[in-house]
Amino acid sequence: MIVLENLLLRVFPLASSRSSKWHWTWILCRDSGAVVGGFILVVVVIAGIVGPYLTGWDVLKVDPANRLLPPSSSHWLGTDGFGRDVLTRTLFAARISLFVGMATMVGSTVLGTVVGLVAGYFRAVDGPVMRVMDGFMAFPSILLAIAIMASLGPRTENVIVALTIVYLPRIARLVRGQVLVVRQLLYVEAARVLGADDWRIVIRHTLPNCLSPLIVQGSFTFAFAVISEASLSYLGAGVPPELPTWGGMLHEGVPVMGAAWWMSVFPGVAIAITVLSLNQLGDGLRDALDPRIQRL
Amino acid sequence: MSTQILRRLLALVPVLVVVGVVVFVLVHVAPGDPAAVMAGNEATPERVAQLRHDMGLDLPLWEQFSRWVTAVARGDLGRSYFLDQPVSESLAQRMEPTGLLTLYALVFSVLVGVPAGVVAALRRNSWVDRLTMVISLGGVSVPAFWLGILLILAFAVRLRVLPAAGYVSFAEDPLGNFRYLLMPSFSLGLQSAALLARVVRSSMLDVLQEDYVRTARAKGLRESVVMVRHALPNVMIPTLTVIGNSAGGLLGGAIVTEQVFNLPGVGRLVVESVLRRDFPVIQGAVLAIAGVYVLVNLIVDVAYVVVDPRVREGGQ
Repeated sequence: MIVLENLLLRVFPLASSRSSKWHWTWILCRDSGAVVGGFILVVVVIAGIVGPYLTGWDVLKVDPANRLLPPSSSHWLGTDGFGRDVLTRTLFAARISLFVGMATMVGSTVLGTVVGLVAGYFRAVDGPVMRVMDGFMAFPSILLAIAIMASLGPRTENVIVALTIVYLPRIARLVRGQVLVVRQLLYVEAARVLGADDWRIVIRHTLPNCLSPLIVQGSFTFAFAVISEASLSYLGAGVPPELPTWGGMLHEGVPVMGAAWWMSVFPGVAIAITVLSLNQLGDGLRDALDPRIQRL
Repeated sequence: MSTQILRRLLALVPVLVVVGVVVFVLVHVAPGDPAAVMAGNEATPERVAQLRHDMGLDLPLWEQFSRWVTAVARGDLGRSYFLDQPVSESLAQRMEPTGLLTLYALVFSVLVGVPAGVVAALRRNSWVDRLTMVISLGGVSVPAFWLGILLILAFAVRLRVLPAAGYVSFAEDPLGNFRYLLMPSFSLGLQSAALLARVVRSSMLDVLQEDYVRTARAKGLRESVVMVRHALPNVMIPTLTVIGNSAGGLLGGAIVTEQVFNLPGVGRLVVESVLRRDFPVIQGAVLAIAGVYVLVNLIVDVAYVVVDPRVREGGQ
């Protein structure tokens, strides 16, 4: 929570001048859901980083003698069709999911913000840029991701590129809407009268007003990206199949579902826990940062 | 109002142009040569080159694009490289499972989500409310394809009451068709139902605090009349937004769900065609799905006008 608070203070300096350092902690803690969500997310991150070393099994080592063993004291979540430990692989897969989710969130937020600021502030480019964004949003998101993956090939970086392209237009639309409101406000006019150039107005006066919806949207983008990565890997159009991913493990589990239910259950539980924590965090951040947005 | 709709329809043209360009570029920069796939492993380079020429793949990219666009503008989506039939015919054959799956999932999410949200709001902070919110939180967070796998595990593998995968057409056997679509529709629709329940609950809570609801109660109307005549119409607007978004999202989600349940729908067709590098089918199917998607959004916008008199008057 301290880390999060410092992060918020850094990206949102307006708040620090307006209120005490503890104000943020208080707002976030008031909503117990956000605290629980943040806590579970931290647990998932730590489990992904150190977990695979603690189980005593290798992520990739094939052991045909011990294939499809049910959960037991030595293999807590059983083994898969190659005799690999499901727990170790589920923990390891958290790294890939979280990395893809985080990178997609950062990529689409940064690029979407640039596009949104440019479209919202410089009216001449607004029409063409937003028509292109509308075009990208006319695809169901998973379909666009599949099409991009088909043309780029199955690599982890390509999943990030594909999902960034999918979510970028949504962020751009959000930022553009915010800019259109802010640019009408008196203090932007005042800044212009004082001789500030366009860039200064965009960076110093417009961008800070977009930050809180962006932070809230960021956690939801993260959650969407985790689900999308899992879906792509499940379809065989995601991360290369050698790497353990939750979606890929479910894909391997389906043909042997009747013999090894654990392969079809536990990776999905991991996805659900991660997405749940991100959604809870997002809800909490929304309540804390932007009380005007209606709570869902 | 009809000029408004016409204007919105015309605004779809640039959107679909962008869609077409994006699909074409993605498909044609993809590695893999359909001619080589089609000719097989034994084929001589001359044979592959001949095939490439026959398929028009040796033309410059812009010329292939302009040919495709003019054909699409005439309503011709081209011929599949592998299925030996026009793309429009393949699409027509695969439309039923996708359409019915999306429709059932949407109906399910509305029938479950809306009443659940209303009841939760009316019994705020009761155990009904808490339970609904917990289930909906879970429902929003569980990926639809995994829910599908769990359902197969429970009802097909263990209990053996429903078929795990497969499909019969509605015309052939309506009841059997429903049995095949029951689990897919549930797994696909749960997420939308959960989202809908949360939105309906929060907007219902807002509406119940409005002055006009208090006035309606104060003048002695029965509670049921207050709800049906005064509260619910105002909840309809945010609800409609979510239903509209869901319809599009369900169409996309159907692609993944079709894989889980082995349904011969458009989504399966797209994934199969991607693997086979069947360019005309990928282009045609993606264009068709995107077209339906933007049309659904248009219908939602029109529905606002019908439901909300304020939008109607503002628009004129």
